[in-house]
Amino acid sequence: MRPPTGPATLAGFSPEVALPIHATMVRIRVFETRVTELFAAGRLPGFVHTYLGQEAIAAATCRHLRDDDYITSTHRGHGHAIAKGMPTNRLMAELFGRETGANRGRGGSMHVADFSLGMLGANGIVGGGFGIAAGAGLSARRRGSGQVAVCFFGDGGINKGTFHEALNFASVQSLPVVFVCENNQYAQFTAISRTSAVGDLAIRATGYAMPGTTVDGNDAGAVYAAVGAAVGAARDGDGPALLNCVTYRHSGHYVGDAEVYRDATEVEQWQAADPIGRLEEALVGAGWVDEPDVGAVWEAARTETAAAEEFAASSSDPDPATALDYVYTHADGVDP
Amino acid sequence: MKRMSFGQATVDATRLAMREDERVIVLGEDISWGGNFGQFRGLLEEFGPDRIIDMPISEALIMSASVGAAMTGLRPVASMSFLEFTMGAMDEIVNQAAKMRYMSGGQVSVPLVLRASDGILRSSAAQHSGSLESLFTHIAGLKVVAPSNPADAKGLLRSAMDDDDPVIYLENKSITAKRGPVPEDDHRVPLGSASVVLEGTDVTLITYSAMALRGADAAATLADDHDVSAELIDLRSLWPLDFETVASSVSKTGRVVIAHEAWLNGGLGAELSARIGEELFADLKAPVVRIGAARAPIPFSPPLESAVVPGTDAIVDAVLRVLPS
Repeated sequence: MRPPTGPATLAGFSPEVALPIHATMVRIRVFETRVTELFAAGRLPGFVHTYLGQEAIAAATCRHLRDDDYITSTHRGHGHAIAKGMPTNRLMAELFGRETGANRGRGGSMHVADFSLGMLGANGIVGGGFGIAAGAGLSARRRGSGQVAVCFFGDGGINKGTFHEALNFASVQSLPVVFVCENNQYAQFTAISRTSAVGDLAIRATGYAMPGTTVDGNDAGAVYAAVGAAVGAARDGDGPALLNCVTYRHSGHYVGDAEVYRDATEVEQWQAADPIGRLEEALVGAGWVDEPDVGAVWEAARTETAAAEEFAASSSDPDPATALDYVYTHADGVDP
Repeated sequence: MKRMSFGQATVDATRLAMREDERVIVLGEDISWGGNFGQFRGLLEEFGPDRIIDMPISEALIMSASVGAAMTGLRPVASMSFLEFTMGAMDEIVNQAAKMRYMSGGQVSVPLVLRASDGILRSSAAQHSGSLESLFTHIAGLKVVAPSNPADAKGLLRSAMDDDDPVIYLENKSITAKRGPVPEDDHRVPLGSASVVLEGTDVTLITYSAMALRGADAAATLADDHDVSAELIDLRSLWPLDFETVASSVSKTGRVVIAHEAWLNGGLGAELSARIGEELFADLKAPVVRIGAARAPIPFSPPLESAVVPGTDAIVDAVLRVLPS
């Protein structure tokens, strides 16, 4: 796929919507950049997958969601968590494995969750969110809550059986679920063109009788417009949709990935198609912001991330005596 | 007390729970037709298709949608007909349902029941026969129950549906049609409580599910033909285990036979035997003996099927082996 060029689309945007989306994208970018550095410095346990380069999708999508709407996320979930409203200090503390983390240090990068924000968890299993999102949609309908569930997944996930099972079920039951594919074109190390029989992944919606749309995932305005239509329809009871948001990881599959499978020129071209740069070009071009405004957003994000790091670094580790807490809901004599 | 089948007893439990709690839904294959063993008969008529949901033959989805619904305010009961079909949902059972509460640091519970028919019945053959409970008892985060009679079927299902964590409810297909007295009221059997079916002094016979019935037959034979007094324990809950009841019996008799239909190697009997050895060694007068299926997929041909599955005679023989000669 050729990298897109030019400024982001502003049609359907207003400053009231576009500026918070931009700020969220910058917050994710700065946070993930610092996470990369911290991991390289050996300060984070486990391993991390960053959201660098894909920020437009989470930020623009979540702008359409109510606080009580649901999202399911992936192993690359920090951006989704931030976009859904998770405080970055609690996210960073989770990456440090601290008791003050969103999951009290029990989950880490691949499992960050905040159920109070409808963030049903990053998920270390590719395709793990499809059925969970369908179940959340079923639950929302049963309770008559008007909530919508958005399932974020990657192009790797689209080849899981659960993709087909969940899209079929969501469609046959007309559930309020929007399936948002973050097609960064590589499933771990393997190009999607080598593993999917159809090139345009939106075509797969046809088999499940739902709308399927391919979107420039590095264009925040285009994502915002497409998701708005899909979320609106889902909320109105018109059933699910599939969005294929084409994007690109700025870095490897995980931090430390040697990236032997991607062509350097390709990486360079896609980094030039940066969703934040394209949005800023549009915003400044339209006169909605000026350069100092943009700089202030970046400065605020750096301050926030530094504070999050300070919070995480100074927080306590979980007490080893509590390692068996939370296996079951009620202790009542149950050995884990 | 009313006499009803095991399957009817589970319908009774489900109906009571669904009347009481609007959050309870049932998702499964063919359930609006009553289920393979009548375990859902009449529920569609009372509760309608919004709560009794016929699912596509998509086991991974049945399980993951149940997890999603359970985490967002409902209390789903998922049905997979045959236990072997749950193998298509193992990722969702093991990686999602069982771990979600822990991974989230206790933010959420996953109150769901997974019902599936296990056991061996009339040449169902290898992909529709078997006992896979130890796959589930091995997993931290799951609870597992395996009732042996209609009263416990009702009581354990009520407790499983009350529980806030995922419970695997195993209904043995060889006993689903068997009838017995069932309390009509709001009968519950707590999870983690074994039943001493028969008190005895010479040997402790630990069983569950269909093997509890064969254990009762074996105990009668032992009493009548060999003058042996066997204490028969029906575990009912496989996790949490009621080891207290097991221990007090073992301390009394000093001799133990564990009988299950599952493969011997790595089965629940191995776990129990190890724990008895570790904690009650001083009380033992003989090595613990286990009875289980031979290590082969369950065969189709009736004489082969009988050959791999231990019957009453095998239990009697095992008990005679642990007794002083």
